[in-house]
Amino acid sequence: MKAKIIVTPKKAVLDPQGKTVQNALAHMGYTGVGAVRVGKYLEIELAVSDKETARRQIDEACHKILSNPVIEDYRFEIE
Amino acid sequence: MNFAVLQFPASNCDQDAVHVLRNVLGHSARLLWHKEHSLGDADAVIIPGGFSYGDYLRTGAIARFSPVMQAVQNFAAAGGLVLGICNGFQILCEAGLLPGALIRNRSLQFRCEHVFLKTMTTDSPFTNRVPPGQLLRVPIAHGEGCYFADEATLEQLRAGHRVLWTYVDAKGEATEAANPNGSLSNIAGICNEARNVAGLMPHPERASEPILGCADGRLIFESLIHALQHRPAARAA
Repeated sequence: MKAKIIVTPKKAVLDPQGKTVQNALAHMGYTGVGAVRVGKYLEIELAVSDKETARRQIDEACHKILSNPVIEDYRFEIE
Repeated sequence: MNFAVLQFPASNCDQDAVHVLRNVLGHSARLLWHKEHSLGDADAVIIPGGFSYGDYLRTGAIARFSPVMQAVQNFAAAGGLVLGICNGFQILCEAGLLPGALIRNRSLQFRCEHVFLKTMTTDSPFTNRVPPGQLLRVPIAHGEGCYFADEATLEQLRAGHRVLWTYVDAKGEATEAANPNGSLSNIAGICNEARNVAGLMPHPERASEPILGCADGRLIFESLIHALQHRPAARAA
């Protein structure tokens, strides 16, 4: 199984990288570009057969180490 | 006094901290590898600057799960004094020993320069020797030093007089221009509720001798030593 995890900065947290990318896109002539948030994508291979166990493990790992709940949100899929 | 200076893969201010404690201030200081499970006879712990584990994932995110950090958690819970400098501050926030987080500088630039710090309270083991009103001139060197916490946490920090240092200009004003990284409320360093754990982004260990151009950082280490020498009763190990 594989976990696909997306970690993004919380809405309330300033994201200077996203702002810079947004400005760059506007500078390149892409019109109508709104707010950009830059996050992280992780893929984790799992040697677990039960999807529910995998879900529980990944949720715990996201909370403990893969994201920082003070500044980031996460979501994931198990495939 | 016996200081333990932690050492993670890619710590790089560990030797500077040991040098100041040993050779400038005349105390005992030893390096403690991150795989150690015990702090031994340490009276206080310094978590030095650097880029532990290459700053992978997030600054301090991996270091905080090192065996030695579990010992630091226990030490702090028992009232032991812990000071995190730069990456050490980031590690303490990741470990939940201090609230909030350090994120990418608002300018996206790595800032390496001298700043002025205003000491907001002398009521802490980290600031008790700082003469009231004296600004500290200390260097910073970081890319991720923008202090962030939610409004409720900021209010708790302010109400509890737990903001120890702020970035100010030469006149002592906490202006936008004097804020090198975009930290909320110009926060450069804070302590926990029990006031025995503190972190700051600037580097006092790089400014503790006149030959380095500035010795203001020494006041922070002298505060720690003063606090240890005057602590009420021996703390149970």
